[in-house]
Amino acid sequence: MNRSTEEVLSFDEAMEKYDPVLGFEVHVELNTRTKMFDAAPNVFGDEPNTNVTPVSLGLPGVLPVVNRVAVESAIKLGLALGCEIRPVSHFARKNYFYPDTPKNFQTSQYDEPIAENGSVDVELEDGTVFTVEIERAHMEEDAGKLTHMGGAAGRIQGADFSLVDYNRAGVPLIEIVTKPIVGAGSRAPELARVYVAMIREIVKNLGISDAKMERGNVRCDANVSLMPKGSATFGTRSETKNVNSLRAVERAVRFEIQRHAAVLDSGGTIVQETRHWHEDTRSTTSGRPKSDADDYRYFPEPDLVPVVTDHEWIERLRAELPEPPAERRRRLRTDWGFSDEEFRDVVNAGVLDEIEQTVAAGAAPAAARKWWMGEIARLANQRETEIADLGVTPQHVVELNGLIDAGKINDKLAKKVLAHVLDGEGSPAEVVERRGLAVVSDDSVLTAAIDDAMAQMPDVVAKVQAGKVQAVGALIGPVMKATRGQADAGRVRELILEKLGVQG
Amino acid sequence: MTSTGTPQGVVGLSAAELARRLAAGELTSVDAVQAHLDRIRETDGAPVDPADRSRGKTGLNAFLHVNAEEALSVAAEVDAARARGEELPELAGVPIAVKDLIVTQGQPTTAASRMLEGWMSPYDATVTRKLRAARMPMLGKTNLDEFAMGSSNEHSAFGDTRNPWDLSRIPGGSGGGSAAAVTAFQTPLALGTDTGGSIRQPAALTGSVGVKPTYGGVSRYGVIAMASSLDQVGPVSRTVLDAALLHEVIGGHDPQDSTSLPDPVGDLAAQARAGAAGGGLAGLRVGVVKELTGEGFQPGVQQRFQEAVELLRSAGAEVVEVSTPNFKYALGAYYLIMSSEVSSNLAKYDGVRFGHRVLPEDGPLTIERVMGSTRAAGFGAEVKRRIILGTYALSAGYYDAYYGSAQKVRTLVQRDFAAAFEQVDVLVSPTAPTTAFERGAVDESADPMQMYLNDIATIPTNLAGVPAISVPGGLAPEDGLPVGIQFMAPARQDARLYRAGAGLEALLEQRWGGPLWQALPDTAALVRDLAGDPAAPDLSAPVRGGAR
Repeated sequence: MNRSTEEVLSFDEAMEKYDPVLGFEVHVELNTRTKMFDAAPNVFGDEPNTNVTPVSLGLPGVLPVVNRVAVESAIKLGLALGCEIRPVSHFARKNYFYPDTPKNFQTSQYDEPIAENGSVDVELEDGTVFTVEIERAHMEEDAGKLTHMGGAAGRIQGADFSLVDYNRAGVPLIEIVTKPIVGAGSRAPELARVYVAMIREIVKNLGISDAKMERGNVRCDANVSLMPKGSATFGTRSETKNVNSLRAVERAVRFEIQRHAAVLDSGGTIVQETRHWHEDTRSTTSGRPKSDADDYRYFPEPDLVPVVTDHEWIERLRAELPEPPAERRRRLRTDWGFSDEEFRDVVNAGVLDEIEQTVAAGAAPAAARKWWMGEIARLANQRETEIADLGVTPQHVVELNGLIDAGKINDKLAKKVLAHVLDGEGSPAEVVERRGLAVVSDDSVLTAAIDDAMAQMPDVVAKVQAGKVQAVGALIGPVMKATRGQADAGRVRELILEKLGVQG
Repeated sequence: MTSTGTPQGVVGLSAAELARRLAAGELTSVDAVQAHLDRIRETDGAPVDPADRSRGKTGLNAFLHVNAEEALSVAAEVDAARARGEELPELAGVPIAVKDLIVTQGQPTTAASRMLEGWMSPYDATVTRKLRAARMPMLGKTNLDEFAMGSSNEHSAFGDTRNPWDLSRIPGGSGGGSAAAVTAFQTPLALGTDTGGSIRQPAALTGSVGVKPTYGGVSRYGVIAMASSLDQVGPVSRTVLDAALLHEVIGGHDPQDSTSLPDPVGDLAAQARAGAAGGGLAGLRVGVVKELTGEGFQPGVQQRFQEAVELLRSAGAEVVEVSTPNFKYALGAYYLIMSSEVSSNLAKYDGVRFGHRVLPEDGPLTIERVMGSTRAAGFGAEVKRRIILGTYALSAGYYDAYYGSAQKVRTLVQRDFAAAFEQVDVLVSPTAPTTAFERGAVDESADPMQMYLNDIATIPTNLAGVPAISVPGGLAPEDGLPVGIQFMAPARQDARLYRAGAGLEALLEQRWGGPLWQALPDTAALVRDLAGDPAAPDLSAPVRGGAR
């Protein structure tokens, strides 16, 4: 398995000859308080093997009990994906020996999943809406986390030993499986990205997952195969795992299309296998061979009774569903009057919620957008953090905007105020008060500063008087400096021109 | 019958009588526990080779671990509490033994397997917690076939348990340790587990009482799983009333077992008392299962069974014959379902997290090779046989033909029971087709089915989840060994078993002039003779090459 020997065809050339067929298995980790089948806490990032019970560790004699909140989350997600919810669904055991599963089997749903036959609409950048058919969404438990020590960087090959952390073992998962997606053509990589983004948005919107891809809350396995143009017979597929960002999903699908095309072009055959995505080299490498003949010896989980979902329960959950993200976006775009491009930027920046809350708190949509997409985004970038983790609230933005509208501060001061708010100095009004950052509106203070400036720059005064009004800026600068930026530049300009008897 | 084996004094008392005397202040729990510990020392034997546990003990070898210190300290606490006038549970201070398939904090739990030798559970099974709450001192952990797989106790990794009626014979299995311990007066009560007859068949072969409750009636949490859809914990005792008293302690809903029934356990002891007083049999509709008599059943077993049926009839029961045509497929279906679940349930024993770990002798230490060498060394032949059978039955391409078909048979067996219980209140059959056989008599390496046939009469109830009891039915004329009579009832009707079982027990004791165990040989003397007799057969010799 030498990674440098993978040949790829250019993407355009691949697209001339082949049609890609995609399929996705997206695993969503639920944010339930406890695990899928036991009372151990479901918490990310704790000391290894502390969030465990005898059940999580699969000790002799233990039994699983289904987490009702996880079932409720699965029903909500199924409904949000337009799926049918089974009145009776079952768990099964997927048997395989590997130390990340403490029982050497994974408890999952097999032939009778809780949700089936749905679809989700996703929108491409050019506005095209693409319907992705959902085959099923089923409940299962996550495995533990293996860390391979020594040898090649983090890989099992050549490792001296491996460590296993069972904190994640038993965390509730929902796996969403699509039907084969055909017809995406050259937009397949983009479709892959927006599909996963949409799933992430849906689960976040439902409040059932923290939906952080970098923490593995949302994980995507991307299936790719090619069929020659004009053919309707699916080719052999590869399944790429370890794709843990939206950008990586797009790149991995693109890479696999190019790799498949090169293999097929040279008369080779695609091996049905698992492949691993490497962000560093932006390529995939072969994992273990996988085939439909993989024998997991599934059989009904005898330790669990069937999951029964009565009609009343489902309908109550359906009534409680939040507005679907796509509908919500259409509504907000209309309400706010943003251009398509402005709106897309807002969505991509992930500040839809923040702007909505800011508008709801009383700010104008344009002002809210200006703040969240401008200075706040810049500060987040500068401080290398997510906007959501910055500590700015919609109320802060509304307050800041109100201070500007009232003429208490100007834009420049507002930015200073915001920085102090982030440093935990209180609300914008409190910062203005404590730091004395309000605009200087006392004309007598300004007049003194103006007189000083004019006395120091008689040549500029002469120029302005001679009709070169734009030269007045050279006088405004020193005045602003003298008032530590707290003067209203417009008012300063007015006063200078008035003094010199020139019409602005 | 000659009275040779019933020891005088405290160990000869039933649990109910011990409880009465403890409550009346006629006896202390410390004395009761000490008497049973002495009896264990007298009859269980010493290790044949302290360096090699697989060679077992020079006596009964019913116990894999004796928990003397903790048992005495619990007893002392009970005595102190009683002296302070505290209200105590009915069986407080009455000692009990626990099958070593049930996890117990503070005592080793081995499942009689090398795989778990030295393992200490960090948690208690629900039934263990209930015993502690009932303040019953635990005398120790009893021997069994490895992971409860076997019908003779010869598959224990720590030597087989012997039958107190004849030390050259097997006590039945898998719960031979619990049955032998109760029979030999080492303990008045024990817990067993029953997947295909592991409580009832040993009860039959040792002349004791054993109950498999309705599936879901007793929590399985903390009971090392053999076959999850079939396993059930139940009481082992010398009298039907004692079984009922213990059943009340361990039964009831457990939120940690998803298959646990919501039902409260019910007043089973009252049913047993009513039955013993003669209030259970008149008008009771009793069905004799046609398919569980005749061919394959030892003549002496059949004779005692028919006498028992006649007694029931004479006491006013309406006896009819019922047919359960699908029972003949039950054994085959059982071995596929059981082994399929075994293959998955035993996958966790891989040396990674707990228990035995064996490194390969040479070559690279990959996870696959460490798991492989651990399982090769840690499991005995019968366990491996069932894991292989179950793995095969669940494999792609075979699933429908084996596991799938077996599940259909299971449904048919359930329908047979449902149809039978439309006609009758309880069903009755011999518990086991034969009396206890000689150690090593069955060569499983040649024909494992011969051993499996021991469970022909007990397996249908496990497939259907219905409850059953085995009560002593006398001694077979041809070999003088105990015969068991089995009653079966509809799911959740465990109470009927206690009423009918106690009724038959009372009638038989009237006929015998006392309990069956009056005929038991003096176990302590037998053990002394064997250990001290240079001409005695070597009890430590492997019983049978094929099974080890």
